[in-house]
Amino acid sequence: MPNMSQIKCPMPEQDPNVRNKNFKEVALGYTEEQAVEEAQRCLNCKARPCISGCPVNVQIPEFIQLIANRDFSAAAKKIKETSSLPAVCGRVCPQESQCESKCVRGRKGEPVAIGRLERFAADWSMANEKPEKLDIKKNGHKVAVVGAGPSGLTCAGDLANMGYDVTVFEAFHKPGGVLVYGIPEFRLPKAIVQREIDTLSDKGVKFELNYIVGKTGSIDELMKDDGFEAVYVGSGAGLPSFMNIPGENLNGVLSANEFLTRINLMKAYLPNNPTPVMVPKRAAIVGGGNVAMDAARCAKRIGAEEVYILYRRSEEEMPARNEEIHHAKEEGIIFKLLTAPTKILGNEDGWVTGVECVEMELGEPDASGRRRPVVKEGSEYTIDLDCVIMSIGTSPNPLIRSTTPDLETNRKGCIVAEEATGQTSKEGVFAGGDAVTGAATVILAMGAGKAAAAAMDKYIKSK
Amino acid sequence: MYQIVEKKVLNEQVKLFRVKAPHVAKKAKPGQFIVLRVSDDGERIPLTIADYDREEGTITIIFQEVGATTAALGLLNEGDYIHDFAGPLGLASELEGIKKACVIGGGLGCAIAYPQAKALHNLGAKVDIIAGFRNKDIIILEDEMKAVCENLIICTDDGSNGRKNLVTNELEALLQAGEQYDVVIAIGPLVMMKFVCLTTKKYNVKTIVSMNPIMVDGTGMCGGCRLTVGGETKFACVDGPDFDGHLVDFDETIRRSKMYKKFEQEAMERHRCNLEEVINNA
Repeated sequence: MPNMSQIKCPMPEQDPNVRNKNFKEVALGYTEEQAVEEAQRCLNCKARPCISGCPVNVQIPEFIQLIANRDFSAAAKKIKETSSLPAVCGRVCPQESQCESKCVRGRKGEPVAIGRLERFAADWSMANEKPEKLDIKKNGHKVAVVGAGPSGLTCAGDLANMGYDVTVFEAFHKPGGVLVYGIPEFRLPKAIVQREIDTLSDKGVKFELNYIVGKTGSIDELMKDDGFEAVYVGSGAGLPSFMNIPGENLNGVLSANEFLTRINLMKAYLPNNPTPVMVPKRAAIVGGGNVAMDAARCAKRIGAEEVYILYRRSEEEMPARNEEIHHAKEEGIIFKLLTAPTKILGNEDGWVTGVECVEMELGEPDASGRRRPVVKEGSEYTIDLDCVIMSIGTSPNPLIRSTTPDLETNRKGCIVAEEATGQTSKEGVFAGGDAVTGAATVILAMGAGKAAAAAMDKYIKSK
Repeated sequence: MYQIVEKKVLNEQVKLFRVKAPHVAKKAKPGQFIVLRVSDDGERIPLTIADYDREEGTITIIFQEVGATTAALGLLNEGDYIHDFAGPLGLASELEGIKKACVIGGGLGCAIAYPQAKALHNLGAKVDIIAGFRNKDIIILEDEMKAVCENLIICTDDGSNGRKNLVTNELEALLQAGEQYDVVIAIGPLVMMKFVCLTTKKYNVKTIVSMNPIMVDGTGMCGGCRLTVGGETKFACVDGPDFDGHLVDFDETIRRSKMYKKFEQEAMERHRCNLEEVINNA
């Protein structure tokens, strides 16, 4: 008999007033009993609409049935057949707009907690099983992957499984991309990312760190001089956008990228770490995505007394995961919705003292389908602050397109690539993830890496 | 890991390392920089490339011990390894076509001014160098600079060597005497570069400055290095580090250079115990 409870089995979490002062993981994961209880909410329906909501096609009802039958090892194996980073996806995917949005249980009550169950299976496997010794037969072909983020790692993993000799080139000193520089420890423990990377190393994937493709070497050089037969570009969208409003270069205004990189990748939150980070008293984060939530919650954790989210639309349009919005509120982040900054104010020493804002109302839907915010006349007001963190989006880094003349890009600087294969305008060069789509999600980037790996295999075999 | 193949102490606080980094050496050009981390839990710091040897696969860096990270770097010796060393970053200096240049270095800035002068000299340009230091004890690269220019003018703040004068006064004297330069290249403290630019503006001489602001990644990702040039926001790491000095908003840049002072001191306090341990064990 399925469990007919209309709500998800709750996942234990750290108390909001404790966790907003530490960097330990917020959500603690299901116990075996809780996982089985939640798995029994799945009706194992014939239509299986959840699978169509997953960009990497995880066989969701199958793995959930295996959990319900307490065969956790088999459940994890089932997920790994199609997803190379299950412990990551279980934590950071926007399930509410993907798999869980299609679940029939969601028509009346909450959908099955697919994300929590995925996380449970992946964590259970990590804690209880040794990585399988894979006997992969090398095929003698050399391929390169540019960028060790979710897209590149997925592509590298799939290619390694097929027997390719894979080298991943990474500009930073650590692989992981946004999983290590952007997403904070309390949402995605770095030990988990490291485990996934170790798995790739075990499969023979080589990591060439501190190598900036476009500077240290170009794509042409990788192909002509270093003998890589095909290249996957998964270099992400790393360039932060600013608003171009007055006062943006004042001291105390920073990009979410800078703030998060100092804290996460450079570990400025740990005692004894030499990386300096701004510890604000009153901070405003501009934006409504996951990155904005991460920056706000980090600011609170390193000691900010008051932290605001300024977002120009309403909560309904916020791109952040529901869970992150919910957690941020619980932790005391103050949401100023339908609010847009127009000017950052500073003192004579050039430090931020506040931000001038206007209130907005929602008008007709715009190109994104969301209702366009319009300024409410005469609604100007000021918030006193010492720090403003811009989290209004990122775009692809120009280093690759400026050094690869025959690689077609669009006017937003994104690489033009076929959706199904990642094939670009340049022979042997494939691309995917944020470098193609602009800032999007971890799982979409992984899906693109997966599709490109298959296409690269086909390309090399047909040469 | 990147091995230090040569270490020279240029003065009490300034050290020169030649580091084995073949990937970087293969592509390096004058004006570019690298980002390094001393150890696995270290901070990322940018340093300008002072010289390179493609055959040996080495990059030369010259640095002053001003904070926790450069102090830890200075403790390393020949044969030791630097944990991370990434580059070459930034755009190369545009030196082609210059016939006559005045290169101005202020203190440690001479470490970067010297390779520029050398590159110009090798391209056949006539070069004058004005090098300013606080006192005679901290003069660096004197013989090297002498070898690549027509005139080397050394000035010190206290007159303990060369002339007791500011580099800007020396420059103004040359310009007043009718010296015609295609370009003045100024590298040193922000205040020095600002006043060089004010001087050359009067004589309408093109002036290039090399900016070395706060940055994390060096590839355009953090935006910490942004500065205003000709009314537009630029990222020093990808749009520079060289800029037209007459267009740079120096007052803003000087202010922004202090952004992390307080937080650096806090980080330094946290880090000091560790560092002392390293020194005691060395």
